[in-house]
Amino acid sequence: MTAATDKEAPKLPETDFTETPWLDPQAAPFIQIKSLSKEFDDFTAVDSISLDIYQGELFTILGGSGCGKSTLLRMLAGFENPSAGQIIIDGVDISDLPAYDRPVNMMFQSYAVFPHMTVAQNIAYGLKKDRLPNAEINSRVQEMLELVQLQDLAARKPKQLSGGQCQRVALARALIKRPKVLLLDEPLAALDKKLREQTQFELINLQHKLGTTFIVVTHDQEEAMTLSSRVAVMDAGRFVQIGTPLEVYEFPLNRFVADFFGTINLFDATVTSSVQVDSCTHTIEAALDKTGTLVKADCSHQLNQGDIISIGVRPEKLSISQKKPRGKNLTITNGIVEDLAYYGNRSIYRVRSHSGRMIQVSAQNFQRTKELVLEWDDQVYLSWDSSCSVVLPE
Amino acid sequence: MSQANHSIPLGDKLWRWLVISLPYWWLAIFFLAPFAIVFKISFADPVVAQPPFSNFFDFSPGAESWLLATLDNYRFITEDNLYWISYFKSLKIATISTVLCLLLGYPMAYGIAKCQPGTRNILLMLVILPFWTSFLLRVYAWIVMLGKTGAINSLLLKMGLITTPIEMLYTDGAVYLGIVYTYIPFMVLPLYSVLEKMDTNLQDAAADLGARRWQVFFNIILPLSMPGVIAGSMLVFIPALGEFVIPSLLGGIDSLMIGRTLYDEFFINRDWPLASAVATVLLFIIVVPIMLLQSSQKERS
Repeated sequence: MTAATDKEAPKLPETDFTETPWLDPQAAPFIQIKSLSKEFDDFTAVDSISLDIYQGELFTILGGSGCGKSTLLRMLAGFENPSAGQIIIDGVDISDLPAYDRPVNMMFQSYAVFPHMTVAQNIAYGLKKDRLPNAEINSRVQEMLELVQLQDLAARKPKQLSGGQCQRVALARALIKRPKVLLLDEPLAALDKKLREQTQFELINLQHKLGTTFIVVTHDQEEAMTLSSRVAVMDAGRFVQIGTPLEVYEFPLNRFVADFFGTINLFDATVTSSVQVDSCTHTIEAALDKTGTLVKADCSHQLNQGDIISIGVRPEKLSISQKKPRGKNLTITNGIVEDLAYYGNRSIYRVRSHSGRMIQVSAQNFQRTKELVLEWDDQVYLSWDSSCSVVLPE
Repeated sequence: MSQANHSIPLGDKLWRWLVISLPYWWLAIFFLAPFAIVFKISFADPVVAQPPFSNFFDFSPGAESWLLATLDNYRFITEDNLYWISYFKSLKIATISTVLCLLLGYPMAYGIAKCQPGTRNILLMLVILPFWTSFLLRVYAWIVMLGKTGAINSLLLKMGLITTPIEMLYTDGAVYLGIVYTYIPFMVLPLYSVLEKMDTNLQDAAADLGARRWQVFFNIILPLSMPGVIAGSMLVFIPALGEFVIPSLLGGIDSLMIGRTLYDEFFINRDWPLASAVATVLLFIIVVPIMLLQSSQKERS
């Protein structure tokens, strides 16, 4: 840097983009997917998708079955040829490269561990195909075995392993070639709950340690939420929203995302007034369709009176009480507890409001009590702050 | 163990024992007993009588020994080249036929396994379809096809590709053709059932790790289909080894397989003891390799 530019440097503190490279205008994307499509005989599985992923990201593609996420992953791995578009990894167009020539490795949902090879042979397979000298293969296999803590099981056959151990073998086998990108197809789906939680943290730690870019495909929104740096929600072959888990959860772009990524109570409403608070906040008031209850909400853009919208509220943003709550900016409604599920740390209530709507509430069980705080058929008040209302286009 | 047995009523216990032992009875009555008879006859001397072999025991007072067993038949087999030649010929024909079946049947099975389920069933049906007509009829059909004035020669002559008919019938080639044609379904079906169940993700995983197509085949598909290869090869090799009809209908005079030799000893020479000895040796030639193979399989798993 020259002295001249030093003087002109902005006084603002430098933003650190290492954790959020997608916000850095200077950052070059590591993986570029450019209007990628895949058409099968009678339908379009992936519909002109474009996406930039940055080095070191743990990027998750989330969607229901048949949304095209697996086809997208298979195109990245090289098992399917795109009908149109490009895939560029680290500046190289790999769209036409066969799977065996791509700097990409994959961990399969079923793990696809070779049943006739030992753990060590499985892990060594990729390096053997690259015709590396035996001494190097052995030392790298040893290194991988240590990384996934399978040193003692190197001579075992997959049949003698548990599901979690098979997953480690699959992971080590995919990582040993030091791929530029690791693809993971539903990495936690086949594990039981306790093991999932543990493995999830291990995966994140491993990713941090290696700095490899991970692309995860999953249908499980919890998996997507806990693992990812960013999530792309996919539906019918297209991305509906791309953002950090927090952005997608708290600021969903439409009803599909709001409903798919977590649980949400959705109300149809009509805008009655819209007031600009500052440059990027408008406070709107809307009347719910059946009852006319007025709901306040914050919105990032101008809406007109008479616009039809959906108001969404996440279950944990609602307060439930038997006494009528008071407060500014609160939307209050009442109803009867129709269903409740006690989870220990929290309870989930399904409340039938007086208009007949079913509203789901998730409440922490703050107090230690001998009996349930609220029972079936209790009359309750529900309330939420206007900042918790999500305004969604109809 | 005994505790558990006490709780089962006697009737149930009997019934259970009966059901479990049924296959053993079957084997004992229809395999072991006839084999014991053949085995016994193989130690006798041929006589012109009814039945045409000497007694095994002699309990008459003046006898030198009460046991009249002789190893002459076995000795004769080792001394006369005819038997060695036909054993060897049978082994050669059965081995080559098995390899040919495998080379033809593997791509067939693989192709069928790769098809859509609907097409798959039709193709499998086509593989089994020949069984619906008599085996003899099908072998005779080959005589019509391969003969000097047969369909193939006539066609080639008409097209002007050859001037004199090709010698096809009554050659070893015709025997291979007949055996491969007859037994190929036994190779295709077990191979198909193994290949159809194979997880295609394993092939993708190998490709993902850098394996070319042929490497995927030799590293993954072939080793994992070995149970099918072994089962299919057994199903072809064993009947081919003792095959009698095909070589006698399609083969030349010199295509002397052990089945033919056996037949001749029994029915032409009426030398039952020698024929029994030949049959016993044949059984050991088949059984010993199978037992070795099975024990090696067990070790591997």
